[in-house]
Amino acid sequence: MMKKLLLLAFLLPVALSAQVLDNIRPLPSVDIKTLDGKTINTSTFDNGGKPMIINFWATWCKPCIAELTNIDEVYEEWVKETGVKVIAISIDDSRNATKVSPFVNGRGWTYEVYSDPNSDFKRALNVNNPPQTFLLNANKEIVWQHNGYTEGSEQELYEMVKKLAEGKTLKTAE
Amino acid sequence: MISFGRSSCLLLMIAGSASLFAQQPASSSGELHGNFQMDAQYYNQDSLIGAPVVKEKILTNGFMNLWYTKGNFTAGLRYENYLNVMQGFDPRYKGSGIPFRFATYKNDNLEATVGNFYEQFGGGLILRAYEERGLGYDNAFDGVRVRYQPAKGLYLKGLIARQRTFFSLSPGIIRAFDAEININELIPALANAKTSVIFGGSAVSRFQSDQDPIYNLPENVAAFAGRMNVIRGKFNLQAEYGYKYNDPNATNKMIYHPGQALSVTTTYSSKGFGLLLAAKRLDNFDFRSDRTAAGIGANVNFLPALTRQHTYNLPATIYPYATQPNGEMGFQAELSYRLKKGSKLGGKYGTEITINFSGTNGIVKNPTDNDTLGYTSPFFQASKTMFFRDFHVEIHRKFNAKWKATVMYLNWVYNKDVVQGLSGFGTIFANMGVLDVAYKINAKNTIRVEAQSLLSKQDLGSWAMGMIEYTFAPNWFVAVLDQYNYGNPDPIKQIHYITGNTGYTKNGNRIMLQYGRQRAGIFCVGGVCRNVPASNGFSISITSSF
Repeated sequence: MMKKLLLLAFLLPVALSAQVLDNIRPLPSVDIKTLDGKTINTSTFDNGGKPMIINFWATWCKPCIAELTNIDEVYEEWVKETGVKVIAISIDDSRNATKVSPFVNGRGWTYEVYSDPNSDFKRALNVNNPPQTFLLNANKEIVWQHNGYTEGSEQELYEMVKKLAEGKTLKTAE
Repeated sequence: MISFGRSSCLLLMIAGSASLFAQQPASSSGELHGNFQMDAQYYNQDSLIGAPVVKEKILTNGFMNLWYTKGNFTAGLRYENYLNVMQGFDPRYKGSGIPFRFATYKNDNLEATVGNFYEQFGGGLILRAYEERGLGYDNAFDGVRVRYQPAKGLYLKGLIARQRTFFSLSPGIIRAFDAEININELIPALANAKTSVIFGGSAVSRFQSDQDPIYNLPENVAAFAGRMNVIRGKFNLQAEYGYKYNDPNATNKMIYHPGQALSVTTTYSSKGFGLLLAAKRLDNFDFRSDRTAAGIGANVNFLPALTRQHTYNLPATIYPYATQPNGEMGFQAELSYRLKKGSKLGGKYGTEITINFSGTNGIVKNPTDNDTLGYTSPFFQASKTMFFRDFHVEIHRKFNAKWKATVMYLNWVYNKDVVQGLSGFGTIFANMGVLDVAYKINAKNTIRVEAQSLLSKQDLGSWAMGMIEYTFAPNWFVAVLDQYNYGNPDPIKQIHYITGNTGYTKNGNRIMLQYGRQRAGIFCVGGVCRNVPASNGFSISITSSF
């Protein structure tokens, strides 16, 4: 009996999820840290109605660094063209968390960088492995996500940023 | 085992509420989201690398997180299965169940959680619950937690819980409290001060009944920690000190000596320049929710190694250092410098240089007459026993739109007996070199080649490693790598560890296939890093987040 109930209980949300998954998702509300130790809630992320990119990375993750370095080279142009903002979330734990600030400054990155030392925000967005990138529309809803980074794939991301900046939806791209 | 009764009740609750909401307009229906991972491997027999015979031939690990959020309310669960658990994971992961389920309510100042949760106080010196699914590590709490912000700049946390150990709960009950004060936020007059100061303090207590027939063991063991973070301009100073009262346990050989830990890190950074200096001392600081636990499991605190976390295959997997919680003293210095874009030395795109030196020794332990105390130890003195040294220089340069490269040199000292708890292996001296070159054929196609070498006269001798990776953005990759233990003193064990990988990524989904022999370690290929155990065979890994 219990097993049947369990099965039923498990199937219900799964069946439902097919329906829910089409819906776009708002940003979860989680407390993380700024690089100078202040607590900040992720629901306060804002870009005045322009698209936002949230990227999960770590100082020990080579593809993450390649992705953020490559975006850094074109970031100025992206901002000028679309007004997009990149928010980089470091999931480095206390072994490496103190390295994040010198790491970011040393490379001269101009992203908004935050620290998620116990992966609370990572968990709230159900990220498996870094890097993972989320794209948010003008209403701060997650409309697209991508796991991993391969050289050159920032171009796919930028095509979508442009669409959002022009006020289009991504549906046609799918 | 985790009781199915409780879990399925919660499931029904979630499912019930979700289906109710489904009939309402979309705006009020809340969202359901989660992630999924499944790993399966077919095992070849491989006595040469010491791979045990796998009777089942195929082993799988899998889990799914399912979270439901509506307004201030979140509830979720994780189903896990191990049929049977894969090689390299703890065999206490047996069968399947729902070891993680929770409900949280949050409004502006208050957050209350019942069920399972993860938590960290400060740097985790006396308390950290976290998960590292790829490693099979999960010490989640199961109990009640409240986070409260009574005033701007003041953050309080309290919890009462037991801890997960595989599919059961550890016997100790953990009671813990943490307060953090951000002076600049708390005192409005200091809001724009040049110096920013944050203080924190925490207390953790474990209750575990004493059923020992011989010893009179403390049933309540308390630990305290204080921390501060001072930032002024480009300077950042972080310090944390912890003290643990007498805690005779399986890893400290049942002594009553109190534990102490100190960690200090200071950084200076400006555009193109970063400097980090860090020091750490640990004395008898293994803290668990079960005094009889050893090995992996039931850890209450988190004591990471004070060394660089390497990701290149040979430095990451052959001799990685592991913290010795019952006595070590270490330091780390790291300098990062960027040669400017367009300068003569820096080239068109600039060049990044990192120099890192870290080292750890034992602490001095003088025996005492009172043998329940075990020893005394002078606080500012390290022993002469070297545990680990890592000196390395890394240079990364992008030459033009097509070519970029990283070169790295490393010099290591590794005390195998101490780090791995063995005897007779002694200390290993190794030199390593890494060359990583990427060539971008066009906007979507890139070839990357790695060549690595480890030279040593001790232990397993020298290693070479080569890899070639081809990526087709944004979805595909294929890679082949070979780790070759050509210097092994036993000619039969001069083995090639060859693996082939391919993967496909689309949005939040990823499928990866692998065939071959592999050593354990952090493995970064095809644009994702994960921890993998040693193996030989065919494996498939599917991850999805939604």
